[in-house]
Amino acid sequence: MNEPVLTEITLEDIESLAVGAWILGTGGGGSPYLGLLNLRRLYAEGYRVQLMSPLDLDDDDRVAVVSNMGAPLIGQERLADSRNIARAVEMQEEFGRFKFRAVMSVEIGGGNGTQALMAAAHLNIPVVDADCMGRAFPEAQMTSVAIGGLRPYPCTLYDPRGIEAIVTKVPSWKWMERASRKICVEMGSIASTSKAPRTGREVKDWGIHFTTTAAIRIGRLVREANRLHTDPIAALLESEGGKRLFTGKVVDVARRTTEGFLRGSVAIEGIDDDRGSRLELSFQNEWIVAWREGKAVAMSPDLICVLESVSGHAVGTETVRYGQRVTVVALPAPAVLTSPRGLEFVGPRAFGYDLDFRSVFEERPGAGV
Amino acid sequence: MRRIGIDVGGTNTDAVLLDGDKVVFAVKRPTTKDVTSGILDALKALRADPAARGPVDAVVIGTTHFINAVVQRRNLMKVAAIRIGMPASASLPPFCDWPQDLAEGVRGEIFMLEGGHDYDGRPIVPFDTAGMRAAARRIGDLGLRSVAVSSIFSPLDPSCEIAARDILQEICPDVAVTLSHDLGRIGLLERENAALLNAVLHDLAVETVAAFRKATAESGIDAPLFLTQNDGTVMQAETAIAFPVMSFASGATNSMRGAAHLSGLEDALVVDVGGTTSDIGQLRHGFPREANAVVEIGGVRTLFRMPDLLSIGLGGGSHIDPASAKVGPLSVGYRLTQDALVFGGEQLTATDIAVAAGLLDIGDRSRVASISKDMIAAALTDATRQLEENIDRMKTEAGDAPLIAVGGGAFLVPEKLAGVSQIIRVPFGDCANAVGAAIARVSGEADQVFRDLARDEAIAAALEIAERKAINAGADPGSLKTIEIEDMPIAYLPGNSLRVRVRVAGALNRIEASREVA
Repeated sequence: MNEPVLTEITLEDIESLAVGAWILGTGGGGSPYLGLLNLRRLYAEGYRVQLMSPLDLDDDDRVAVVSNMGAPLIGQERLADSRNIARAVEMQEEFGRFKFRAVMSVEIGGGNGTQALMAAAHLNIPVVDADCMGRAFPEAQMTSVAIGGLRPYPCTLYDPRGIEAIVTKVPSWKWMERASRKICVEMGSIASTSKAPRTGREVKDWGIHFTTTAAIRIGRLVREANRLHTDPIAALLESEGGKRLFTGKVVDVARRTTEGFLRGSVAIEGIDDDRGSRLELSFQNEWIVAWREGKAVAMSPDLICVLESVSGHAVGTETVRYGQRVTVVALPAPAVLTSPRGLEFVGPRAFGYDLDFRSVFEERPGAGV
Repeated sequence: MRRIGIDVGGTNTDAVLLDGDKVVFAVKRPTTKDVTSGILDALKALRADPAARGPVDAVVIGTTHFINAVVQRRNLMKVAAIRIGMPASASLPPFCDWPQDLAEGVRGEIFMLEGGHDYDGRPIVPFDTAGMRAAARRIGDLGLRSVAVSSIFSPLDPSCEIAARDILQEICPDVAVTLSHDLGRIGLLERENAALLNAVLHDLAVETVAAFRKATAESGIDAPLFLTQNDGTVMQAETAIAFPVMSFASGATNSMRGAAHLSGLEDALVVDVGGTTSDIGQLRHGFPREANAVVEIGGVRTLFRMPDLLSIGLGGGSHIDPASAKVGPLSVGYRLTQDALVFGGEQLTATDIAVAAGLLDIGDRSRVASISKDMIAAALTDATRQLEENIDRMKTEAGDAPLIAVGGGAFLVPEKLAGVSQIIRVPFGDCANAVGAAIARVSGEADQVFRDLARDEAIAAALEIAERKAINAGADPGSLKTIEIEDMPIAYLPGNSLRVRVRVAGALNRIEASREVA
């Protein structure tokens, strides 16, 4: 086993991570607020979390992939609990008769961006600086490990009243999503889960690397700009190579649920440079397509982020409302998501839009690939 | 129906008498440290006027007393927190995100018990009644006199909270109990925080309402007493003792409701220009549009029904920077009558500019005669710019909308503003908040998740719950109107789950009201 460089994640880093993960949530994934409260408490009790580079993993290391599954509204009553997510990981160890070297989040975007840290604190193992989405997506098969064709099972689900479930075998990632979603609903529509364990080799080959530090970096920029009363969005775009799509005021919000997802659209009327124009955003939990005058100008898997124009903090699809002043930006997607196979899983057609993926960043040589 | 409305603000206590819809009398008196004597002064002035004598049907008071107590950490009591829902939500106990100084002052003891519900009504686990009895005995032993109870998904099924209250009343009957489902919405921490804030205010609520009663009685008024709530509706004084947090944001709401009443407009923008700040809001169906977000009170996250307001540092007492002619955000505040130039002071204020410009005639005009025309124009232009930018921020639809300008500093609002179709000024506009208190109505709200119902069936079911609550709070059933309907499909839940929030309001029922006098 090689000796990895471990960096202690400070509480300040975690405060930044919460802001950055909410931005990378691209509208979905729930707010990281409750995860942040868990970590503040754990740090106050003396727990600490170490971060390790995915490149420092040995090929045969085991890495736990964790997520809190369920409806964000349910999560506002049955609150995120670090011990539950740690228990889901222990169930994998008991089932597989091995020990994990480290833990990572399935998605860095939204509330799940803090789950790996919560588990790691109790398990006393490091967090890998990587995830499987580089953002948030609504379904389990929308991950880099699914794109990589890696094994989708077993998956553990834990419910604090003492229900423990393991989905031991399924024919595909889609089936894993269906089977585990059914169990989750029975558990009260919220469950702590540990997805199919990954090897160090798989994380090195298929993980999306350095996304924890990216979320911390983004959050730090925004918080620093808030403190100095400078423009957080300009700082974000410069640091992350992003592109401003539109600035305006939310004038219409339409939501509906179909097949269990929160779908809908938001209309934004332009102000400043965009006065006289209108941007429409379609969402399925996350922002999926941005339309301007009927033409798709940005689409998944490029990250579409809606930010409060002044604070630069993220606006979610469940919290967007009339009258908000917002700036819509695009950030480049991780390369694995924009590969031909990646687009089958997370491109516009995966969300029912008959569009050929065209990146906002296409004109810029080297970006997004 | 003759009603007195009183607004106890930071600077002034305003009182008005309404006969039907008409303002008969209005008076402004300085707010006093003990609050009561300011109210008494205002009421005495009102009773001294011949037109204002005669019987009164109701006295309605709007006050910032309770929110100020939380913000200033004064007169708060130690409370017990009971959370029902274990083993879920265990890692984030009550008070977990409170400012340390406030938590240390009020945290008595925390009890976390098994129980609570899922979104679909199934119990998480059975309620630990034995644990609850032990908690009640411990509360009695510790001598704690106020308790807040929260249970997971209690807005959907309050039975655990009600069972907890029954046990408390049996074992320690003198303890005041706040149940979270009476205060709020889905969002355990925020609802629990509201219940805790309510519990820490119990003694102050008892004292304050008694003082208000004394002030009205001493001024010779024999009428039922009401307090206004955050949403522009009223609660009986008895209810206010039980729910002081419901009055937290009533001041701004009252001025918007008063503006609606005085202008006869139900859908308009409102700007209330005071001494220090201007509050900009939007009326929808005669009520302020509500903020749909978490509101922090003294550093505590809550989900109260609060008006969606934009507050900017622009008022009659705003400092004018002599170099740039910028107005505010600093203000002389309640020292306006000492510090402003026209009153013999040394500070150039927005009021001085208004007097110099001939918009206002108070104080000694000669003291502002030397202010240059350029300075006057530049300061007024800056005030206009601030108003235009922020009014535009509050608008939810494109196009020009009417604006009602109220408050003592309304002279700062020019005759024309970009994005505004018409500027409406009303008689008694400087007492709009007291008028808003006087006309306040009674409301009821429902916020629930419905399953396996068509959308209109779910809304109808929610309406019925809200109407029942309004009638129980004293509304005349025949006058009920729907104020707000919001429905929100919920992701990942089966059975077409729909969260519906409905609010209705109606006129005070006179019979219910008079029963309360005793």
